[in-house]
This record gives sequence, structure tokens and C-alpha cells, in this order.
Amino acid sequence: MAQPAMQIRNLRKCFRKRKGFRKWSELWALDDVSFSVAEGETYGLLGPNGSGKSSLIRILSTLLIADSGEVHMRGYALPKDQEQVRRIIGRVSVDAAFYKKLSARENLLYTALLYGQKARDAEKRAMEILDQLGMENSKFSTPLEEMSRGMQQKISIARALVVNPPLLLLDEPTTGLDPKSRRDVQTFLEKLREREGTTILLTTHDMAEAERLCARIGFLAHGKLVAEGTAAELKRKANAQTLDDAFIKLTGEELSDEELVALEV
Amino acid sequence: METTLRQTWAFLFRGYHLTRRYIGWVVVFNFYALVTSATVALIGVAAGNYQLTLTLVVGALLWNYLSWLYQEISMSIAYERWEGTLEYTFMAPVSRLVHLLGVSLYSLINSIITSLIVLAGLVLFTNLNLRGANLPGVMVVLAVSTLAFIGLGLIAAVFPVMSAERGAEATHIFQGSLLLLSGVYYPIEVLPKWMQPLSAISPATYTLSACRKLFGVGMAGSTPERLAGAPLSSVSHELLVLALMGAVLMPFGLWVFVKVEAWAKRAGKLKRTG
Repeated sequence: MAQPAMQIRNLRKCFRKRKGFRKWSELWALDDVSFSVAEGETYGLLGPNGSGKSSLIRILSTLLIADSGEVHMRGYALPKDQEQVRRIIGRVSVDAAFYKKLSARENLLYTALLYGQKARDAEKRAMEILDQLGMENSKFSTPLEEMSRGMQQKISIARALVVNPPLLLLDEPTTGLDPKSRRDVQTFLEKLREREGTTILLTTHDMAEAERLCARIGFLAHGKLVAEGTAAELKRKANAQTLDDAFIKLTGEELSDEELVALEV
Repeated sequence: METTLRQTWAFLFRGYHLTRRYIGWVVVFNFYALVTSATVALIGVAAGNYQLTLTLVVGALLWNYLSWLYQEISMSIAYERWEGTLEYTFMAPVSRLVHLLGVSLYSLINSIITSLIVLAGLVLFTNLNLRGANLPGVMVVLAVSTLAFIGLGLIAAVFPVMSAERGAEATHIFQGSLLLLSGVYYPIEVLPKWMQPLSAISPATYTLSACRKLFGVGMAGSTPERLAGAPLSSVSHELLVLALMGAVLMPFGLWVFVKVEAWAKRAGKLKRTG
């Protein structure tokens, strides 16, 4: 059997917060999470705010060190092989974190240079990606602060892909986007997987998005992976008509009003 | 090697474009540096004492250079936290040595430009004649002390890794302490007795002491028309101490940074703040 692109075994992460003199509170962000993602697969992680999705993405991005468990990314173990892992991953976070005063071009070239790429090659690739995402070339020189959230998120996707990583970590990439931008991003991700065979780990609140993009889906609640399978398997398992219902039945949770509002934006 | 050069260039590229976009603030900061230095130097002019004026000019000029260098390096992490880009820099496949080297190089260029602006302003305001000063010697001392100040900047840069707001506060407290202890505008002998030994641990103390000798401050042969700058050999003690400080502080700063980064990753402290 081929080695999975990402393999996570018994991953645990606890955050401790001081609550007074010699008093600490503990919050388990991840509690014994195990799953794997095959090469070229898009795997979705669904869960409400605080379920541990972003902590997991941060661990895979080498930005957080787990308390215990194993993470292998294309055979490289974390945190030991973090230098090698950084060369094969791209990440898009829910907040488009950029130098807002700089243009899209300047931000993307900075990233490409950080990864040791030639500026000219990176610029060409960035233009192609933005074109595929439905963005006008004229926006390339516009400061990020003058762009809409949707445009900023498209630049964020271009930043993750400009270095052509085989593994893509997407942390709620379409949250807060208008329906047109959301569709543009989803179509782009589908084509990317077909064309380049990129392995994608996607966290989202959006059940329809998960059903459309992901071959398999995991439900995360209170740091635990409570169910896993294809959308059809999860619905069957929960005896539910929709993925929404399956999520509620299998996790015992509903998305908060705030999250539902975010989906309607 | 080519990759390392591109990665180092990334920080210069970023710094250049940020400077371009924030040019209004850059002008304001340089104007403020010039005005504060000139107002200090004019105290000597008002007293009609060229030796005092020279002491203040050398202090203002060197403090501008060293503090700007220290501040740019130590605050580089805080700036990235405020912009929200720190996580992206930390997850790029760039070694911390190259990262901090790139940041330091950009800070160095910035500090030199600001110091030249301040120098031009000070000459204009004070009509000071620098003939006879050992300016090549001053350059040597500045080059050696630059390494020590980069090391201090790297050590102070860990504070914003630990805590965005408290860290930035700590770097400023540290910078203020250096200003107080190093005898920038006065001899350290005027400090309270218990405080004087502390000045020995500041690299700025040795830089200022050496540069004042090289400019000819307090030298018997110095006159308003021609200064009697000391030869470089007369500041060999200061140069040795500065070189040792640089040799210790730079690798120590890098080591501390890597350790604190690992701790921040365990404690989950790298998240965006501000």
C-alpha cells in the first residue's frame, strides 16, 4: 500500500492558562486524533469554532508542537523534520495575513523569495493562479488594504500555491466570502487537484463545500475525531438525509448562530 | 548558496517596499531624530563651549545609529505580529540565521541612512569643524560595535515572540536603560555610584568612549579650528571589549531566539495578535 501523504496518529495538544497563583486551567485542543490523507486526496475536517481544526493545521504547518502523537508528512516526521516539511506545504488561513500596505505583487514576490524561488518565475506563476481564480491582472499592483476580503483571500491562495507545494493546508479558506468568490475558490481547488494531484486538507464550517470538494470527511468536536468517511457513509452511519443532520447526530453539536451567519455571507 | 542569497534578499525587498509605502512616517521619524539631536547639541552651542558641543554631537550621532539599529532588529518580530505575517515567515523554509541576518542587514542600511541625515543636520546647526578627527577610526569602532548591537537586538527580539504587547514594552525599557547607563550625553561618573558598574555591560559605553577619543573630545591639542583625534591604537581596549561582546552576543542572541521560538511553538504563542 502506498504511503499516505499525511498521517496523524494519536495526536494530543493541551493549552494551559494561568488562573491565579499556582492555578492553571487546561483546554484539550486535540485529544487522541488519528487519520490519514492519501496522495492526491482532498480530506475535509468539519467542526464548530474551538473544535481543534486550526490547532491541527498549525501543528501540520510546523507552527505548533503537539504534546504527544505522531505526524508524518510525505514520510517526514514532525517536529523533527520541520525544515523538510516546510518545503512541501502551503497554507491558507481564515484571516488573510499580509503586509496590507504592500501590493499583491510585492507580497507574493516576498513569499517566493523566502522560499528561494526566482522572482520572474514566481511572478508568472502568480499571474496564472490569479487569472484562474478570476482576478483581473490590473489588481496585481494594488495594495492589499484596498482590496475586498474575497480578493485578499484569493491572493492568500495564490501565496500558498506560488511555491507549488504538493501538500496544501486550507483553514476555512472560504469563510466570509461572497457566493461568487466562494464558488471561484471551490472550482479552482477542484481543478488544482485534478491537474496537479495536490493533496489537500481542508477545514470548514460549510457542509456543502465539504461535500463538493472532499473525498472523505472527518467530524471534529471538542478536540476528538468522532466520525470519518465519505459524505454518503457519514449520512448512512447517522441515518440522516443531509450532512448537516449527520454532523449534529454524530457530534451532538450544532454550529453556532455566528457560524451559520458566516455561512450566509 | 543561490537560495540563501534570494532568502536574504527577501527581507531587503520587503523592507524597501514597506519603507516606500510608509514613506510619510519614515520622513517623520528621521525629522524627529534630527530635531532631538540638534536640540541636544545646541545646549553646547548656547554654553559657548565647543568641547561640550562636540561631546553632545558625538553622543547624539552614535546613539541615533546604535539605537536605531537595535530598535529595528528588536522590533522586527513585533512588527510582524502586528501585521499578522509572523506565522508565514516562521513556516517558510528559511533558517533563523538567514532570517535574522536579512532583518539585521536591512536595519543596518536604515541606521546608516538615518545617521547620515542626523550628521548633516548637526553640522548645519552647530557649525562644528571636524578637521583633525580620526574619522576612519570612528568607522572601525562603529563596525565592531555594530556586531554587539545586532546581538543585543536579537536577544531583545525574543520578547515579542513571548508576548506581543509586553514584549514590545520590554524592548523599549531595555533600550531606555542603555541610554541611561552608557553615558551618551554625560560621563558615567555623574551616575549614582551603585549604577556606575552597570555601565560596563553596555556596548554603547565602550563605543562612546572610543569615539570621543577618536574625535578628539577632551584632548589637550584640540581647538575649535582643529581637533586632535587620537590614533586607533589608543582605543584598542574598547575595540577588544566590543569585539568580544559581538562574538558572544551574536551567537547567544541567535541561540536564545531559537530556544524561545521552540517554547512559543509548544505554548501556542505564535498566533496573530494586534
